[in-house]
Amino acid sequence: MLPLVSQITLTTLGVALLIALIRLIKGPTLPDRIVAMDLLGMLVVGLIVVLAGWSGVRATLDAAIVIALVGFLGTVAYATYLERGAPR
Amino acid sequence: MTDVVTAVVWLAGSGFALLAAVGVLRMPDVFTRMQASTKASTLGLGCLLIGTAIQLGDFPAFIRAASIGAFVLLTTPVSGLVIARASYFAGVALWKGTVLDERQAVVESDRATPDAG
Repeated sequence: MLPLVSQITLTTLGVALLIALIRLIKGPTLPDRIVAMDLLGMLVVGLIVVLAGWSGVRATLDAAIVIALVGFLGTVAYATYLERGAPR
Repeated sequence: MTDVVTAVVWLAGSGFALLAAVGVLRMPDVFTRMQASTKASTLGLGCLLIGTAIQLGDFPAFIRAASIGAFVLLTTPVSGLVIARASYFAGVALWKGTVLDERQAVVESDRATPDAG
């Protein structure tokens, strides 16, 4: 039962990644793209967490921690860049 | 039993993640998009972390999942605030159906009474 559920979960997360990617490409302004990028980071963390639970490899959770950290710092850096007067 | 709980929580978490992505695609405005993204991605990732912690079921995995969850719960409101503030002051247009803009009301009342401060 668990392999089937894992595949369904991973497929749903992949569809969510594709939908967020559409907003990242379309997004009329820079803040839209920042929001989509933040969501992409969260979805990748979720994907890695599900893969770690399915395969039983604990070390993959460390990669999820690192991606969460880098995604947060990237979002704050983009917002600071926008607030200092970036071209939209 | 463990597999059943993991399956339910994982399916709920991926459903919330999909709802967040659909909200980011369909909402009309940066601020409403950000609301959908932050709330539902936090909830979805929390569900996925609970499922993984139950499935792995030992202490190191539980500590790692809890640290990811605590970090995400701490940083998502901060990044939402920072994006909202930056995009508001950068002059991004609000949705035309927005009924309340408190910052604009403050600016107008300052302009009406210039001696107040």
